[in-house]
Amino acid sequence: MAEAEKLERVVFSRPKALSDTTTHYCPGCIHGIVHRLIAEAIDELGIQERTIGIAPVGCSVLAYHYFDVDFAEAAHGRAPAMATGLKRVQPDKIVFTYQGDGDLAAIGTNEIIHAVNRGENITTFFINNAIYGMTGGQMAPTTLPGQVTTSTPFGRDVRAAGYPLRVCEMVATLSGAAYVVRRTAINPREIRRLKKAILTAFKVQMAGLGYSLVEVVSNCPTNWGMTPIESLEWIEKNMLPYYPLGDFKVAEGVENL
Amino acid sequence: MSAKMLMKGNEAIAESAIRAGCQAYFGYPITPQTEVLEYMSRRMPQLGRVFLQAESELAAVNMLYGAACAGVRAMTSTSSPGFSLMQEGISYIACSMVPAVVVNVMRGGPGLGNIQPAQADYSQMTKGGGHGDYKVLTLAPSTIQELVDHVGLAFDLADKYRQIVFVIADGMLGQMMEPVELPEMRELRSPPAWALTGAKGRPKNIITSLYLNAPELEKINQQLQAVFRRIEADEVRYETYLLDDADIAIVAYGTAARIARTAIRRAREAGIRVGLFRPITVYPFPYEALGEVAGRVQEMLVVEMSAGQMLEDVRIATCCQVPIRFFGKMGGIVPLPEDILAEIEAITQGKPALVAREGA
Repeated sequence: MAEAEKLERVVFSRPKALSDTTTHYCPGCIHGIVHRLIAEAIDELGIQERTIGIAPVGCSVLAYHYFDVDFAEAAHGRAPAMATGLKRVQPDKIVFTYQGDGDLAAIGTNEIIHAVNRGENITTFFINNAIYGMTGGQMAPTTLPGQVTTSTPFGRDVRAAGYPLRVCEMVATLSGAAYVVRRTAINPREIRRLKKAILTAFKVQMAGLGYSLVEVVSNCPTNWGMTPIESLEWIEKNMLPYYPLGDFKVAEGVENL
Repeated sequence: MSAKMLMKGNEAIAESAIRAGCQAYFGYPITPQTEVLEYMSRRMPQLGRVFLQAESELAAVNMLYGAACAGVRAMTSTSSPGFSLMQEGISYIACSMVPAVVVNVMRGGPGLGNIQPAQADYSQMTKGGGHGDYKVLTLAPSTIQELVDHVGLAFDLADKYRQIVFVIADGMLGQMMEPVELPEMRELRSPPAWALTGAKGRPKNIITSLYLNAPELEKINQQLQAVFRRIEADEVRYETYLLDDADIAIVAYGTAARIARTAIRRAREAGIRVGLFRPITVYPFPYEALGEVAGRVQEMLVVEMSAGQMLEDVRIATCCQVPIRFFGKMGGIVPLPEDILAEIEAITQGKPALVAREGA
């Protein structure tokens, strides 16, 4: 092979499962990274033609424009119920929900808990950035104690507003959960770990082992009032101590995938 | 058609749905419709179809939404408080234009109310119910046979218009038994081209009810309204009973209409010329046909198991052409034929009507 041809070899391109379009996400938002990783995983597993995604209500409400797979848009918090309906009638398909913390851990707590508890053979990507982004920065169920938001202007007072909800720790107690892990995307090492978790989550579903959930500790430069770099540092300093990264449930059979 | 068999209304709903090719049922226990859920829990797995008891009616209607997006015939059933919980999902399904069937076996309300038969969800079922501009084709059977027929018809109409369709029953119809002829088992239909089945050999399909661009959402609304106009033009159904020579027309649907028939027979025996106008579709309401009846009877009597929700439609239909008397029982009280007969007699004795004739 001539030297010039070697140089022209494509080493990086848009995943097939990611639509060729611009997103509406704010500069520096981790949504873009997670979208790309999910699309890469879909490509690598060769499941684009049988994957169905479900978008939530929140910043990623328009996710169906960004993935090149069949997609439904759910009511706020109901994605796991909708996914249940879609998957039960076509168990050969790969069904995933993509949900934020308000969607999954506040209004949709009932749906996620029962879908996991039934061991639905679906996958959830849970983006936790401790704030309601789309509505302009209100307190989320995962907002940290003392964190200032537009609806906790004096900082989250846990005596009045309750405590931040740790979703992975909660759903990992459910027998239907097969794979429950928390990752982040604040540096290349964590992004690689996240990618591996996304791949594993899909493989868990393909193997029919039960519910897989990957939480991504994420950012919101816009509503946190920070630069993207500052927001990543804020994740490491403030979010990760409360939301430790790790594997909370790895059921039998998952290790061998 | 198979031989007649005795069936409870709720079980007839379930078996009829199965025979119409219902591939997925999601539900939550609530009296007086729970036998639908129980029947489905036995039969659907036998047939290799999907039965799932949801954690709430909110979840049930969204599971229905998901299954409907996959392009299979799917149904849920509930009773009034559960039906209220389903309004969110129903609004989404209506906007997304996916076919689905919901049966509401109504009970007394408001609030937790009770578990007795009632017709107090009429407005919720026929005027929209959830948020936004939509209406839902609603079939109102008054016998168990009709319940069987309407459940099958509901699936066909849902497919025809790509819309959600309701069957409006009540605790009486759900709990009573009657002989019915069940239809033959139908073939399961294959998913339509718009369904979310995986983008294999075609561009991706999206099912959404989100249109951030206002002109685009207006266009979707106009499409929806066009569907509702077609439904209003083509799907009006009603039945008349001894109405041709009647001086008095009773207007009633569902269980109230069955009781009215008994009262009408007795009134006829006493020489009173009274007949029945029974809306079978309550949306679309048979405005035109009832308006025509208003032009040739002396008085109307509206009988409902509510405070007079259908009465509003009757007033629209009749345009003050005829005096209207109203008799409604609330809170789960089922009217007796004698009650209705007394109302008929009150009319013949010239007791004042609720709505006077125009100019009178």
